[in-house]
Amino acid sequence: MGVEMEENRGAFDGHRAAELMAELREAFGSGRTRSYEWRVAQLKALFRMIDEKEAEIMAALYSDLAKPELEAFLHEVSLTRSACQLALKELKRWMKPEKVSSSITTFPSSSEIVSEPLGVVLIISAWNYPFILSLDPVIGAIAAGNAVVLKPSEVAPATSSFFARTLPAYLDSSAIRVVEGAVSETTALLEQKWDKILYTGNSKVGRIVMAAAAKYLTPVVLELGGKSPVVVDSNVNLEVAVKRIIVGKWGCNNGQACIAPDYIITTKSFAPKLVEALKSTLEKFYGEDPLESKDLSRIVNSNHFARLTRLLDEDKVYGKIIYGGQRDEKKLKISPTLLFDVPHDSLIMKEEIFGPILPIITVDKVEESFDIINSRTKPLAAYLFTKDKILEEKFVNNVSSGGMLINDVALHLANPNLPFGGVGESGIGAYHGKFSFDAFSHKKAVLHRSFGGEAPARYPPYTLKKQRILKALLSGDIISLVLALLGWPRS
Amino acid sequence: MELVELEELLNEVRQTFKSGKTRCFSWRKRQLEGILEFLHDKEQDIFSALKQDLGKHKVEAFRDEVGILIKSVNYALSNLKKWMASQKVRMPWAFFPSSAEVLPEPLGVVLIFSSWNFPIGLALEPLIGAISAGNVMVLKTAELAPASSDLIANVLPLYLDNKAIKIIQGGQFVGEQLLDCKWDKIFFTGSERVGRIVMTKAAKHLTPVILELGGKCPAIVDTLSNLRDLKVAVRRIVGGKWGPCCGQACIGVDYLLVEDKFAPILIDLLKTTIKRFYVESDNISRIVNKQHFQRLCDLLNESSVRDSIAFGGSSDYETLKVEPTILVNPPLESLLMTEEIFGPLLPIITVKKIEDSIEFISKRPKPLAIYAFTKNEHLKQRIIAETSSGSITFNDTMVQYACDALPFGGVGLSGFGKYHGKFSFDAFSHGKAVLRRSFLIEFVCRYPPWNDMKLHFMRCLYRFDYIGLLLMWLGLKRE
Repeated sequence: MGVEMEENRGAFDGHRAAELMAELREAFGSGRTRSYEWRVAQLKALFRMIDEKEAEIMAALYSDLAKPELEAFLHEVSLTRSACQLALKELKRWMKPEKVSSSITTFPSSSEIVSEPLGVVLIISAWNYPFILSLDPVIGAIAAGNAVVLKPSEVAPATSSFFARTLPAYLDSSAIRVVEGAVSETTALLEQKWDKILYTGNSKVGRIVMAAAAKYLTPVVLELGGKSPVVVDSNVNLEVAVKRIIVGKWGCNNGQACIAPDYIITTKSFAPKLVEALKSTLEKFYGEDPLESKDLSRIVNSNHFARLTRLLDEDKVYGKIIYGGQRDEKKLKISPTLLFDVPHDSLIMKEEIFGPILPIITVDKVEESFDIINSRTKPLAAYLFTKDKILEEKFVNNVSSGGMLINDVALHLANPNLPFGGVGESGIGAYHGKFSFDAFSHKKAVLHRSFGGEAPARYPPYTLKKQRILKALLSGDIISLVLALLGWPRS
Repeated sequence: MELVELEELLNEVRQTFKSGKTRCFSWRKRQLEGILEFLHDKEQDIFSALKQDLGKHKVEAFRDEVGILIKSVNYALSNLKKWMASQKVRMPWAFFPSSAEVLPEPLGVVLIFSSWNFPIGLALEPLIGAISAGNVMVLKTAELAPASSDLIANVLPLYLDNKAIKIIQGGQFVGEQLLDCKWDKIFFTGSERVGRIVMTKAAKHLTPVILELGGKCPAIVDTLSNLRDLKVAVRRIVGGKWGPCCGQACIGVDYLLVEDKFAPILIDLLKTTIKRFYVESDNISRIVNKQHFQRLCDLLNESSVRDSIAFGGSSDYETLKVEPTILVNPPLESLLMTEEIFGPLLPIITVKKIEDSIEFISKRPKPLAIYAFTKNEHLKQRIIAETSSGSITFNDTMVQYACDALPFGGVGLSGFGKYHGKFSFDAFSHGKAVLRRSFLIEFVCRYPPWNDMKLHFMRCLYRFDYIGLLLMWLGLKRE
């Protein structure tokens, strides 16, 4: 069908991108995607697809990332399913115009905010959670009534080809399309005029996307990354904290996640206890030979493997490995690795790690960690483990990040009532749940007035009395309005 | 401005932000009150500046700028505590015990570009938002309105915290220098062309932007049989075209759409109303400068456009005044009909049926506002559903600007982002998701080594299948 035709026509270049855009503009222009029925049909079809194709999806995720079954189920399949379910359940409510209060200035009038689709939107996905990071935004775009192009990441080719093959069989391909490819295909797409672009990935490409969007004044949502810090206080339930940190780091695609803990900050006095607990729990979870553990994803490809080993092999850092450090280049595996007190100017403390390496740096007093975090670019997530409520409040009020968790890691993305997005270098905009619907909608202000309620004071010829009436009207103060209308105070 | 000076200025505001001073409610309240005091104390100076820059009558200046600002500051003051509070959010039972909220926090150092047509209003309205949200800021005034720019740059600082709020004057060069710096947000009001430049520069630093641009805002005028209604409509159209800065307004009426048969009646009434309103020449603003004056004359002098003039058409280079001018069916390919007019020229396009105006509008770039004068409920619903614009106002013009509960912003080429009321506070805030858990109640199944039982448990958990979970826990349910 649609996909085979794409393949037979050769490379996806600017010409093909323009054709694609014209087709989608026509589809959107027909009004088809705006109806509740259409949106529900697409969402129901997606839901069915996730159930019917679960085995194929898990196989693709395993092929791309050696993702353990439980992870693939938990973080990708089941969260996408819930997003679909939530959209289906709430769509009618989300689509309803929101009545808002009118001011006395425009009395009598009624006001509302109407959500309308933006039009034709582009979603560029990432490789580390290739399933959910593609479909979660698509769900939002469909729910909001748009026509959509999804460009899955080429670094996760099995999932990408799953989409290209399977989505057309379930969804309306006149309005929802998949374009596979890498840099040149993405560039061709970015040369078109979109009504919104949602990009998940790194900040370097994020800048390119935003600059391309600027040519057409296209608004963007950029879900980027950063170094998400974990501050561990001495006043904690150490056993639970360590388990949660480990599963949040290595249990999330082996550290290749935008919200995975990137580095730990703890006090010099507490560090030994923390390190011991981490080591023993890591062994409990992944065994003595973690390179053989089935519960860890692999490094996605040799480029990233080389990048991570470069971080580990830097002179400043090499001697600081206190646990792990084993690698298997053929299998693209690096064992869970802990580093202790690496220099702040080492590469590993400058770049987002995105891998199974966890540096631990120490401070004298735990509050000093806040200054360290604030001296860097704002991360996508920041974590704190403590029982101390005062420290908790200080952290929440003084550290800026996209999202924040106290005493756990990563969970906030599973609550659809919380906006998921970055700030500063970690991104622009947010989505999940209703925030996805809003991200792909234009909130149109609609003011209904009648021909009654004339205020001649608005019009020239201007007089002092008119000025007084306007003053009262704009202040919303009924008494001064009445007085002004009666001609008080007299000049 | 020297680069060194700019760096020092930025360092100062950054230090101020780091100190945490601007986050307190009391600081924000004090600054907002400072703006209110400025507006009250210096009202006459504001009127003089606007008169000097744009020939604005003080009633217009009050109605469109000062009065609106007073309303906005008061609204912010009454609601600030509520806006600053975090919003509790529901958590699914599976995450018990935990609590979640969205906590608004200031973005940091923000840059605001004002515009010349409402040089006081468009400078201070975003400032109110940035202050309410607890940021430090740099405001660049509009150089094409020099008297207002001087007033804001030299007098307003006496009412505000100068270590946190900096006001810079200057033209394009200063603007570019500012754009090369790193900001936490940029708020821009102006043209599409410059909007692109702002966003392109912002992309280098991944700075989020709000672009309040413009477009050709149409007013659909349905055939109104009731004469009183028609008179009200015409007053509102005339007031919405020539009232705000002589047509130089982003949400001003750009052109009209009316049925062929109804056009003559409408035009007659427009003419009489214009004559009645603008008896005194000082009741209408002038064109801002010679370049824009020339631009408007060029629009009129394009071939075939002059022939379509039905009223007005004259202009005076000395006083920079262009007469309220009505044109009927000028060529659709003329610049007058393809570019935003931003002046006192009102083209009237006639259509066979009023419903045809919907297609006319939707074929063109999305405007900042659409106006429609009609009592036909069906037509209203079609306009809402089949056109797209920043806003729609039925049976009036301009007033949506005064509604604090309505978002003010564009879509497509008319811009993105919104402000006014709480939207201003949100525009300059980051809504930080905060999830708090305790150490109680652990789900063993989260942790490796993983097995089928744990997978099954998670399936139940994520379907929020609590019965299934209970049975599993009791050992009664196997995979």
